[in-house]
Amino acid sequence: MTADILEFLSYGFIQRALIAGCFVALACSLLGVLLVLRRLSLIGDGLSHVTFGSVAVGLFMNVYPLYVSLPIVMASALGILRLTERARIYGDAAIGIVSSVGIAAGVMLASVAGGLNVDLFSYLFGNVLSISSTEVYASILLSIVVVGAVALYFDELFSITFDEEYARASGIQTARINAVLVLLTAITVVLTMKVVGIMLTSALLILPAATAFQVARGFRNSMLIAAGTSVVSVVSGIVISFAFNLPTGASIVLLNFVIFLAALLLKSLFRPRPARPQ
Amino acid sequence: MQPELISARGLCHAYNSVEVLSDLTFSMLRGDYIGLVGPNGSGKSTLVKLILGLEAPSQGSITVFGQAHKDLKAWDKIGYLPQKINFFNPHFPSTVREIVELGLISRRHSRLARAERRAAVDQALELLGIGDLAKRLIGDLSGGQQQRVFIARALVSRPELLILDEPATALDPETRDNFFSLLHDLNHRDSVSVILVTHDIGSIGEFASKLMFLDKRIIFFGSFDEFCLSDTMTKVFGPSSQHIICHKHD
Repeated sequence: MTADILEFLSYGFIQRALIAGCFVALACSLLGVLLVLRRLSLIGDGLSHVTFGSVAVGLFMNVYPLYVSLPIVMASALGILRLTERARIYGDAAIGIVSSVGIAAGVMLASVAGGLNVDLFSYLFGNVLSISSTEVYASILLSIVVVGAVALYFDELFSITFDEEYARASGIQTARINAVLVLLTAITVVLTMKVVGIMLTSALLILPAATAFQVARGFRNSMLIAAGTSVVSVVSGIVISFAFNLPTGASIVLLNFVIFLAALLLKSLFRPRPARPQ
Repeated sequence: MQPELISARGLCHAYNSVEVLSDLTFSMLRGDYIGLVGPNGSGKSTLVKLILGLEAPSQGSITVFGQAHKDLKAWDKIGYLPQKINFFNPHFPSTVREIVELGLISRRHSRLARAERRAAVDQALELLGIGDLAKRLIGDLSGGQQQRVFIARALVSRPELLILDEPATALDPETRDNFFSLLHDLNHRDSVSVILVTHDIGSIGEFASKLMFLDKRIIFFGSFDEFCLSDTMTKVFGPSSQHIICHKHD
């Protein structure tokens, strides 16, 4: 058994997958808590659609997709924010506009380039087991940026998440903090595409947070539980997918869902029952 | 002469070209306790937003602690209780302690130690009689208990200016009386200035030293006694109402 584990861990591609997966999972879970509570859960979905378009641009131009995706997705995230603030439309509509433009651009470029090729398809569904050393370093660096920024602006992010008007009345520069939040989300979405794929990115943002909210006793506690479940699901998903030859991204997401169901069950078992009427 | 805490000159505000406040000029002095009253849509909450810098005036100027909002550093001297606490997400996974600690956020730069923050939160919770709720989730509390948590958040930074928008909402009569007694003490003992937005004009004279009656413009600004002697009451409420409201406090 120990020999099997050691052999499993000795593979370079497994080491890279575990390291990058854990860092990305950590960044996703922290941001997920903030986004879900602010009812911006679907920003991950919208930005992942833009990521699809930007990957197509990268492949079309023969440039490494990460380099093209990062600036395009970050600009789109700021675009969603500006649309919400300036065009007087709700966040979900702004996300819808930007994401549909992103996917339309991707489909258009893929068509011009002669259809969905293998590379683009691999980004759609991700494959963390094929992650390169460059992508591992990028994941570590950018995840540290995300986690560091959340730690640095923790009080401000918490205050804005609970009550934006009160946060402004406390002197917090809410526009700046909102911009920081969407930019961090954009970075995380781009990193996540290789782990679970563009199609499943929003699951890694939403599910760990949703799980944490079932059992957590406090805001900080929610972040810790979300981070724990996210990392556990990514590590277990990689192990299971390798052991049973299953798609890694789908394994990670389905494991996340199983953990969510377990938390839901736990909550219903320990929830105080209402007193019977006399 | 007490220094000016708030100074408004020719303040106007409009939403989508519809004017909601017109030409407001007034000063609030340190130690003032102003009851801000007026009918629905009179601009009370808009004035609060202008004071807090949540909205920019369409015309005129306003300074708080002698500074325009863009230069204001003294955010931690302002305690604020918003009106719309009932609209917060009841499933928000935060403890009462975490919520009250949000009131100390603008003091972060003054390097308040963790133990000091904890002590300040404990004190605010005890002041409102909710020390035993510190570890409870905010969504698990009753409306009245939640209101007390938000009042504690407004008081935790020991502000010099308290702005309370309909604070008595959801409070039971005993808690309400205790709260107004606490406000009276803070105002008289610690010279905390208070702006209290309320619909309850009948009892405002029990607490406030000044009354501002707003109906898109300032209809009256002065002491409650002056208000009762003026013809504003007769014009607004009719002679019988004036008798009931003003003579209640004789």
